Amino acid sequence: MSATTIVSLPDQATAQMPKRSYLNNEHGLLSWLLTADHKRIGMLYLLSITFFFFIGGAFAGLIRLELLTPQPDLVASDTYNKFFTMHGIVMIFLFLVPSVPATLGNFLLPIMIGAKDLAFPKINLLSWYLYMAGGIFTLASLVLGGVDTGWTFTTPLSTHYLNTHVLTTATAIFIAGFSSIFTGLNFIVTIHRMRAPGMTWFRMPLFCWSQYAASLLMVLGTPVLAIAIVLLALERLFGIGVFDPAKGGDPLLFQHLFWFYSHPAVYIMILPGMGVISEVISTFTRKRVFGYTAVAFSSVAIALFGFFVWAHHMFIMGVSNYSALVFSLLTMLVAVPSAIKIFNWAFTMQKGSITFETPMLYAFGFIGLFTIGGLTGIFLGSLGMDVHLTETYFVVAHFHFVMVGGMLMAFLAGIHFWWPKLTGRMYPESLSKLAAVVTFIGFNLTFLPQFVVGYLGMPRRYHAYPAEYQVLNVLSTAGATILGVGYMLPILYLGWSLKYGAIAGNNPWQATGLEWQIQSPPLTENFLETPIITHEAYDYEWLEEKMKLEKQEVTHVG
Amino acid sequence: MGISPVLWQFLVNWLHSSALFPTEASTIAPYTDALYFFLIGMTIFGVVLVGALVTVFSLKYRREKHPVAVQIEGSTLLEATWTIIPLAIFLVTFVWGALLYFRIYNPPANSMNIYVVGKQWMWKAEHPGGQHEINALHIPIGQPVQLTMISQDVFHSFSIPDFRVKREVIPGRYTTVWFQATQTGKFHIFCTQYCGTLHSGMIGEVTAMTPADYQKWLSESTSGMSLAQNGERLFASLGCIQCHSGNAASRGPNLAGVYGSKLTLTNGQQVTVNDAYLRDAILNPSEHVTAGFSPIMPTYQGQVSEDGLIDLVEYIKNMQSNYRVHQTLMTSDSDKAAPTTPTTGTTQER
Repeated sequence: MSATTIVSLPDQATAQMPKRSYLNNEHGLLSWLLTADHKRIGMLYLLSITFFFFIGGAFAGLIRLELLTPQPDLVASDTYNKFFTMHGIVMIFLFLVPSVPATLGNFLLPIMIGAKDLAFPKINLLSWYLYMAGGIFTLASLVLGGVDTGWTFTTPLSTHYLNTHVLTTATAIFIAGFSSIFTGLNFIVTIHRMRAPGMTWFRMPLFCWSQYAASLLMVLGTPVLAIAIVLLALERLFGIGVFDPAKGGDPLLFQHLFWFYSHPAVYIMILPGMGVISEVISTFTRKRVFGYTAVAFSSVAIALFGFFVWAHHMFIMGVSNYSALVFSLLTMLVAVPSAIKIFNWAFTMQKGSITFETPMLYAFGFIGLFTIGGLTGIFLGSLGMDVHLTETYFVVAHFHFVMVGGMLMAFLAGIHFWWPKLTGRMYPESLSKLAAVVTFIGFNLTFLPQFVVGYLGMPRRYHAYPAEYQVLNVLSTAGATILGVGYMLPILYLGWSLKYGAIAGNNPWQATGLEWQIQSPPLTENFLETPIITHEAYDYEWLEEKMKLEKQEVTHVG
Repeated sequence: MGISPVLWQFLVNWLHSSALFPTEASTIAPYTDALYFFLIGMTIFGVVLVGALVTVFSLKYRREKHPVAVQIEGSTLLEATWTIIPLAIFLVTFVWGALLYFRIYNPPANSMNIYVVGKQWMWKAEHPGGQHEINALHIPIGQPVQLTMISQDVFHSFSIPDFRVKREVIPGRYTTVWFQATQTGKFHIFCTQYCGTLHSGMIGEVTAMTPADYQKWLSESTSGMSLAQNGERLFASLGCIQCHSGNAASRGPNLAGVYGSKLTLTNGQQVTVNDAYLRDAILNPSEHVTAGFSPIMPTYQGQVSEDGLIDLVEYIKNMQSNYRVHQTLMTSDSDKAAPTTPTTGTTQER
């Protein structure tokens, strides 16, 4: 092995930036835009989803600003409706769905299983172009005057009663959907076909398992969304009547189709995040993940059950009582694998040797907020309780606890954890810890009051509200301000670290994953020779042995 | 303190007028709140348990105190524990929630009925006596009230948080919800399903009154015509009366006393005649042909407003005999211009 692949591991002080890496392999904008390298595509995604995250975040800020007072005084009602629609569409379809899979998954999945790239590198690039096309259509609808359907596109409101840019936005989501279908397909094939010799299914890191489960959902669920959107467009353009009761259609059908995708979609969003948490917790406790198989299979169980709970979004819509019973029961079942995961993560810490670097703090944040988010989901899955809570701020709070408290925390944990691998540089540790704490506090202040105001009955998507709800809304807006600071900080110091950060070295965290055994940032081809896997994931004894050997090697050379 | 007394007063008033928990103003509310507190207890227990595990392990096994990790494979016993116990708790929640759901959505037999029509962006309530109100609903306390609701355009959702009830209001389909208010006062009505521009303006107020006050209100706000009376007029003017005359030889089934009965349709289906069935049968008659009759009734889709349909339903619901139908037929016979039966021709033109 050449000296560039093994920089003396444990001692960061002597770490050097490798001369050659995927970042400087080729130069110029075109070399990025036409790349088939999964790492470069991952970085393209990272840049673009960050851009859309801040667009979505700006709308969130405007919404909270309007809700500071009970009166509809900041903007007109139509504008407010456009704000929350754009916030939802951008955050869900352009940030949450691709966040971990398309950035970290793209970058890490092949390396973790010892492959040189994904199975279909060019389709991977196509995915990014489709994503960008979807993004451009979304921006177009925004620039042309916006859309006010809400991200759920409920018919017949979206088909017959609005004259905003529904079709432009629908096209955006249709196209972006294919981006995630292709990504899912790519991941599934890669995991089946490209594992290095010795990398059996049960030696894969749990991150790969969760990506696999999420990919199944993407491939099987997203086409149904595409169908729903096509039907919506046909209904809007030609009035074919599938959703129109006057023509013998069923107005509820659209919601069945929509939630058939959009419920599994929340698992598309959260599962990859759970994968990140498994990696982070194992690394910073120096311990294998407690109950590896239970955690792996719980991901698959979530993916499976996730397809059979969609009608729990429609308990008050006059579905038959008996189907409501079935869907409520299945909803209770889908909650169990998440509980299993939480306890397995907690028990991974038992008898570990724990340190509290930034990714670990974000992971703690994830565990706390996801526990609350998950348990408040039980409220909504429970039939009679759902009647009072659905369509109120309680749902908003629950959803944000899972998606922002859970997923976004996991995303940030992952970005901080792998940042040294992505860029070869470290970020400022104390500043990033501050950001993690600020985010956690801001988050709770923003969304805990929303549970209370939701139980009071404040409906979601309300531009104006009764004055007695103001105190809670003011708290929420104050929290959102703090949360905004928490999200701005990483952008600033991560940007700073690109140039001024300390050199990371191959394995700054002493983690066991294959990605940590190669140089940071990696070579374009990832591995100089195909690795042969003889150990399980999270085998810290193997890592210790390996480091001893390397030390000897280095001393010999020296 | 440097804070000015005026500002201080404002803050005190502002905090004082804020709400933290909704009023329990219906018979259902205590049941819903009981489940809510159970679930809050479950959440607190879960969060404290997970929080305690993470904190204790963090303190006990931090690197300074525990420099070398002990590798543990897992434990089937523990896995089983944290699979079965959460599952058990969730199943209790499921059963409890299901019982509550059936309580909320199964109205008592003796409930009085009020119709609600939702449209962008207002609620229109119609009492059987013909009292109409917009964005308001007057109800007596201590008596079960059922709302039969429909939307004229998009999805709406009718919610009274202080009663803990809510139901989607759907275009083209009746949905119902019921409640029994336990205290007088005014309570919010919200539309909770996003329905377009003025969604947050689609609000109203329930006024719960003592039965005596309610009777007084009814008599003071009547429009003179009950819903059934309006329905009777429509029944005649739409020509329904020609076929549904109640005569043995007539081409349509006898409607007197049909409400609540069981019918067999030509396709063999057994149905109970309720509000939804009557509405569907008027709008989509070819799918609802009573056994023994031919599918000759034309559709009235687009010809009768939802208000009109409610009037017709209310009329048929209250029709115990065909006496008044015959009376009307006689009157119309006496001044008929053309000798031919106008039904088929007229309805086709419509």
